[in-house]
Amino acid sequence: MEIRATAFKYGDDINTDYIISGKYKFKSTDMEAMAVHAMEELDPRYYEKVKPNGGFLVAGRNFGMGSSREQAPLVLIHANTKAVLAKSFARIFFRNAINTGLPVVECDTDLVDDGDDLELDLTAGVVRDITKGTEIPFAPLPPVMATLLADGGLVEHFRKHGGFAL
Amino acid sequence: MGKTIAEKVFSAHSGTDASAGDIVVADVDFVMGQDGTSPLAIRALERMGVSEVFDPARVALVIDHSAPSPLEGVSALHAQMREFGKRTGAILYDVGCGVCHQLVPEQGHVVPGDLMVGCDSHTCTYGAVNVFSTGVGSTDGAAAMAAGKLWFKVPETYLVTYAGELPAGVFSKDLVLALAGRIGADGATYMALEFDGPVIGALSVEARMTISNMAIEVGAKAGLMRADAKTLAWYAGRGTRAPRPVEPDADAVYAREVTIDASALGPQVAKPHSVDNVSPIEEVAGTPIAQGFVGTCTNGRLEDLAIAASILGGRKVHPDVRFIVAPASRQVYLDAMAAGHIQTLVEAGAAVVTPGCGPCVGTHNGVPSDGENVISTANRNFKGRMGNSNAFIYLGSPATVAASVIEGCITDPRKYFG
Repeated sequence: MEIRATAFKYGDDINTDYIISGKYKFKSTDMEAMAVHAMEELDPRYYEKVKPNGGFLVAGRNFGMGSSREQAPLVLIHANTKAVLAKSFARIFFRNAINTGLPVVECDTDLVDDGDDLELDLTAGVVRDITKGTEIPFAPLPPVMATLLADGGLVEHFRKHGGFAL
Repeated sequence: MGKTIAEKVFSAHSGTDASAGDIVVADVDFVMGQDGTSPLAIRALERMGVSEVFDPARVALVIDHSAPSPLEGVSALHAQMREFGKRTGAILYDVGCGVCHQLVPEQGHVVPGDLMVGCDSHTCTYGAVNVFSTGVGSTDGAAAMAAGKLWFKVPETYLVTYAGELPAGVFSKDLVLALAGRIGADGATYMALEFDGPVIGALSVEARMTISNMAIEVGAKAGLMRADAKTLAWYAGRGTRAPRPVEPDADAVYAREVTIDASALGPQVAKPHSVDNVSPIEEVAGTPIAQGFVGTCTNGRLEDLAIAASILGGRKVHPDVRFIVAPASRQVYLDAMAAGHIQTLVEAGAAVVTPGCGPCVGTHNGVPSDGENVISTANRNFKGRMGNSNAFIYLGSPATVAASVIEGCITDPRKYFG
């Protein structure tokens, strides 16, 4: 599966309060409405930049640190984020992303600049930077996570198999 | 090869010989969700086509993050949780019962040796009572509620030894802040922490929970401790099942180790806007504050209120400071009233609010104004955490907060412990 979109680049230690503030997440379960606040603390224009044509959220170390809120990957998905590329992820965010169907890729994001045109090939395990003409390889997901992502997330996995089939 | 506590708990719960790095499907002893995360879990269960939980006595929903409800939308989510509780028989803790991470151990829902998951990142708190407990998202929580099991990657373990003896006026909060400052916000990502050493043995069970509570602040999956005589005494008459304490083997393999000398430690403060931005109190003393807060799953227990009351007894909160206190649970509230701590704190000028999470997560009950500094006993000081992105949050022990609200600026509490 290949996905092509623009890179929107941010820094290290982006926590879940920055992805979606607690003051919004308790108000509703309407993710479409909450998505306009995605990444608001760091970039108030994230939604309007990414929503129309989609984009890759590119970050440094420890992306998604902090709370267990699943609203974090959900608002990114509803803001039309195609995948998150980071040097490393906080573990709860990483699981939540897989469970909700948001691809997450651990790779050397120093090689990508804001605005680069990227193509993500999850099967081949490579990010192609079309702007720069370079390739960034990454290790594939562990089989359990790849299965869940291929099924479309944990809910779809349960619907398909009637429980865990890992 | 010897095993860590984490490897033993996962072996026992998956029926395999589990080692770090293995992926296992393991039985969970208990599943919890709160009002910020349960509604999404309920929706996930509906989408999975699941109408029952695996065991209603082993699933709890807690209304604590916005309790009592400050908004219509939140009231609707609370109503959904109550309906789910009635329909499935799952345990429901409603407004006023307290913070989930106090209730789960206090009410004996988990016992030493258990494996449990909660839809809240601070679920790691019960590592202090020898439970492998970890935070998960709502969909993982829903799967665990449905199946009574979940998949896990068995983590490597990072051994944290606290050596020496804790000086007067220095507390378990200072120990864990010192760790965050030392190893950083991603110092233990994907790993379990094991806390050991004479200082842990000397702490009360409550004080230990403060340390395990903040394991997530260094990225850890769990913050485990041994069950010793104090733990088992704490469980007398409390547990719903018999404890099955799990000890690490003497030749257990640790991925990393760090030793922190408690004897040399003074009060620590985490500065805005990250938990690992830690300084000795001397470096921030004198910083003016507009609000102080004692409460939360980190430091809202009886011992914490007692420490605050011991400093504030016969003294007054500074006229330019709001001082908010939230007991961690109804039982803590009752015990603190019986001991006279609530009387003392209110006489000093405290505003005591309903047991719950509100001020810490910024839902209500104490949102600071633009440009204000807050000193809090909570576990997070991210920008916007208390509901205002233009406020500045400092984290310290209950003693540090109590000393600071008297003087109106960040204050070293050691002068009260001569």
